Amino acid sequence: MTLMAILQSGINELLEYLSAHVLTCLVPAFFIAGGIAAVVSTGAVLKYFGPRAPKHMSYGVASVSGAILAVCSCTVLPLFAGIHKKGAGLGPAVTFLFSGPAINILAITLTARKMGWELGLARAIGAVTFSIVIGLLMAFIFRKEEAAGNDDGGMFEGEEGKPIGHLLAFFGTLVAILLFGTAAIPFWSKLAIIFALLSFLAVVLTQWYDGEEVKEWLVETWKFVKLIFPILLVGVFVAGVLKIIIPQHWIEVSVGGNSLSANLLASVFGSLMYFSTLTEVPIVKAFLDMGMGKGPALALLLAGPSLSLPNMLVVRSVMGTKRTLVYVLLVVMLSTATGMLFGSIVS
Amino acid sequence: MMQIKVLGPGCKNCKTLEKVVMDAVAELKVDANVEKVEDMGKIVEAGVLMTPGLIINGKLKSTGKVPKMDAVKKMIQEEM
Repeated sequence: MTLMAILQSGINELLEYLSAHVLTCLVPAFFIAGGIAAVVSTGAVLKYFGPRAPKHMSYGVASVSGAILAVCSCTVLPLFAGIHKKGAGLGPAVTFLFSGPAINILAITLTARKMGWELGLARAIGAVTFSIVIGLLMAFIFRKEEAAGNDDGGMFEGEEGKPIGHLLAFFGTLVAILLFGTAAIPFWSKLAIIFALLSFLAVVLTQWYDGEEVKEWLVETWKFVKLIFPILLVGVFVAGVLKIIIPQHWIEVSVGGNSLSANLLASVFGSLMYFSTLTEVPIVKAFLDMGMGKGPALALLLAGPSLSLPNMLVVRSVMGTKRTLVYVLLVVMLSTATGMLFGSIVS
Repeated sequence: MMQIKVLGPGCKNCKTLEKVVMDAVAELKVDANVEKVEDMGKIVEAGVLMTPGLIINGKLKSTGKVPKMDAVKKMIQEEM
């Protein structure tokens, strides 16, 4: 296998991704991510993580926090430490820790686009449910060792956010644009619908949002593009290279089908391997193309983004070796089980 | 001497804030000690949930974003 052939494979994979098919889902997704960063006040969400917040709210909000809060893992970690030590406690903190990287609008969108809506949906539902289950299990297992603190020094006071109605109008329209833009409907109908949605968006923005916020939205969107798109392209290229370097039958034998070992292997691999935001998608897609089973693919998608060896080390410095090990074990076991379940449903 | 702390585990935003703060201190010619806090435990103890965090003379001035140069200068001047 020549160097030329390897480069060619990488470039082919890039061309696959730089297509209208993929871009029509990524572009709206970036705008949504930018919108979330600019418009959703993190402060408004904080009060659900305080020590006095009702637990079901803490778990609920923590499980979708990945969609609401940062993409940067270094912002997830202080918040995780804060929720654990001074806020709602170990359970919601772990839920937050897992869901942060797992539920990322860009990743879910691209997963659905490149690997089918079933896998995208399974990933989204899996991540939310998982994060709550893991949080609850951790809280239960370590219940005797966690002392409840009630003094948070006002850290979780939070602040007033925008009215929910305004937020729903804005994000609802953006999501509608994403869904219609990627739907299989005739071109001109699509164009007309998108145009109508954009006009509606313009009205929503002029009525309920000020110039500063709109500018902030665009700035944040562009920041995401600059941050994520290059890494995604690198991930795609690497996936293309892997496709030609790794013998196909290795993949088929180790993670093909839907056996326990296939799902477990995928799960463990995902938990150790570091994936930069979004790069798990092209890599898992490459494995799928080479014969990986859908169950193991989901297992990888669930265990991959939230865990990696470097990340485990930092988490350990916050919650200690014992809890970290239990956390990792829970993630691997649950991803394996969910993968097997999904694999049997879709076959 | 003014004590300024920039808190963050080390990603781009925190480094950017540290630079903005150093530039602001230089421009205002303030006698200040700028310290970067990267230890997670200390960051949480200081009450910073969303990094980067900025603390001047013990007062929490900003969390969760990188304020622009003018905003940082204003915060420094408020504590002079």
